[in-house]
Amino acid sequence: MTLLKVENLSVDFPTPDGLVAAVHETSFEINPGETLAIVGESGSGKTVTNLALMGLIPLRTANVTGSAIFETHDGPVDLLAMNRNDLRKYRGKDMAMIFQDPMSSLHPFYTIGDQIIEAHQVHNKVDLKISEARTIELLEMVGIQGAATRLRSFPHQFSGGMRQRVMIAMALVNNPSLLIADEPTTALDVTVQAQIMKLLSDLQKELKMAMILITHDMGVVAGAADRVNVMYAGRIVESANVKDLYANPLMPYTQGLLASVPRMDRPHADRLSAIPGQPPSMIALPSGCSFNPRCSRKSEVGASKCESQMPNLTTRGHEHFARCFIGEGV
Amino acid sequence: MSSPIIEVKDLHKFFPLASQGIFSRVKGDNKAVNGVSFSINPGETLGLVGESGCGKSTVGRTLLKLYEPTSGSITFEGEDITKYSNSKMKPLRTKMQMIFQDPYSSLNPRHTIGAIIAASYEIQNITPDGGVKKAVQELMERVGLNPEHYNRYPHEFSGGQRQRIGIARALAMKPKFIVCDEPVSALDVSIQAQVINLLADLRDDFGLSYLFIAHDLSVVQHISDRVAVMYLGKIVELAPVGEIYKAPHHPYTKALLSAVPIPDPVLEEKREQIVLSGDLPNPANPPKGCVFNTRCWKAKEACFTTEPTLHQVGSSQVACHFPE
Repeated sequence: MTLLKVENLSVDFPTPDGLVAAVHETSFEINPGETLAIVGESGSGKTVTNLALMGLIPLRTANVTGSAIFETHDGPVDLLAMNRNDLRKYRGKDMAMIFQDPMSSLHPFYTIGDQIIEAHQVHNKVDLKISEARTIELLEMVGIQGAATRLRSFPHQFSGGMRQRVMIAMALVNNPSLLIADEPTTALDVTVQAQIMKLLSDLQKELKMAMILITHDMGVVAGAADRVNVMYAGRIVESANVKDLYANPLMPYTQGLLASVPRMDRPHADRLSAIPGQPPSMIALPSGCSFNPRCSRKSEVGASKCESQMPNLTTRGHEHFARCFIGEGV
Repeated sequence: MSSPIIEVKDLHKFFPLASQGIFSRVKGDNKAVNGVSFSINPGETLGLVGESGCGKSTVGRTLLKLYEPTSGSITFEGEDITKYSNSKMKPLRTKMQMIFQDPYSSLNPRHTIGAIIAASYEIQNITPDGGVKKAVQELMERVGLNPEHYNRYPHEFSGGQRQRIGIARALAMKPKFIVCDEPVSALDVSIQAQVINLLADLRDDFGLSYLFIAHDLSVVQHISDRVAVMYLGKIVELAPVGEIYKAPHHPYTKALLSAVPIPDPVLEEKREQIVLSGDLPNPANPPKGCVFNTRCWKAKEACFTTEPTLHQVGSSQVACHFPE
């Protein structure tokens, strides 16, 4: 059974300078309990993909098309076709999201207890006492000591790592089957990052929850993901099982991304291999493959082909897909 | 051995914490830097790593006298600059420069990048050979910017390019020593590699010395000759780069290294991680004895009573009673 099946999701933002195709015809699936990582540089569309799924993109400013069939407590629904008001029944209950910046995603004027209890009350018609007990249970689960008293603390009384734990507790309060974690550890120190990633993976096993992990850190992906989608300029350019992707990256962008990460486990190299140039402007995408101006391997297929045609995402082995003319049809 | 370009001894920088009340009196001090000593040789890069709030940026800024040190001494090229006034520092500033973390807020949005890079010529009253414009364009070319973009404004550039502008500005006065404060942490991975390579090339071409401040240990490993690990205002380990990553002696260094995820799913599965519990203690009220004792899994009685000092273990210096 598939928990979430996204097909041909596109998000376009009309701007005075032209249409920004932030996400272009993206399709993927996620099974219950699975972790899907979405990696890419800033502006590659990884966050917009997930905001669209959560119904958090204002419809006035964007055109969202495609379908996303999600298995909820009421049976399968299409998240993208649904009225925004109806979506609120599922958002926060069947699927929840944690954001990058734990400093700005909690309300500074309310105690953390109030905020988590509210998230529970919205979806459950129960006595406040029950919601409070559930909140304490969750705060303990995410490792906040003295939960019964910390409940009355305000966000500013917590450190960054602790606030992220509070955010996780709030997301999990209704036992969602899908958690979307948008750069959950980017604002945190490495030692705290290790704590939070371990917490997420433990909770995921315990609650059999699927997770979409959005990140730019290839190290975090290696430790946490089952499958990986690599995004570039609004498109998925490679998708594979995590071990496959690291052992055998096929798209030159993925290869470059993996090679440009400085690595502590390898002997000291003199130079890092950088990807030349910069990510393209989303308003004026290059014709052909979006990556072609930065690609070092386009001579292998003849540069003119890469500069005029967009390659398709094609199968390259067991559940391994890549968008590149190199190795296509082999 | 040549004499160090910069040397600090027992450097302290405390920020007063004001009490709340009308007749406010200083309630205590935030001990941001609490007794730090090190030296950097010409052409050498010292990496300075630690978690946020450990005092690494304060060290960098105090070194350049952007903050007045509370106590201790700073010697630059044999000259004791600890007590120098701003006007006395001014000629020295041509030799010591800084590159900032955030390429968005460290460039004035109302100035063209030509003006930004040329500002130091004006401040120091120097006219380079061939005029300011030519010098600026040469610098732009050297850091990989198009010299024709001289009249553009910072918002027309991407993050990586802005960081190059910051680097060109720092290079304008032909400095000998540059404090790089998290120069790549705001950049995407593929751009990060470009900027690190550029910094390494410039160091080799101009014989620069860097104090390279970062929280990303893999970046630091790549560019540094020696690495100092800071925790709560103190250096807990200082070692050559080959040594510290291979055989860390301080438990904190060990934990910090094990927390860095390795981009290889097969290795990552096998690896044993030390996950430290808790957060950094309050620097206004550091723990007694060893500052790391609240989070250390090896802490014994001595760690809560006596403070360990940096001592030699092999080729490293370690502040721990029970080094690995």
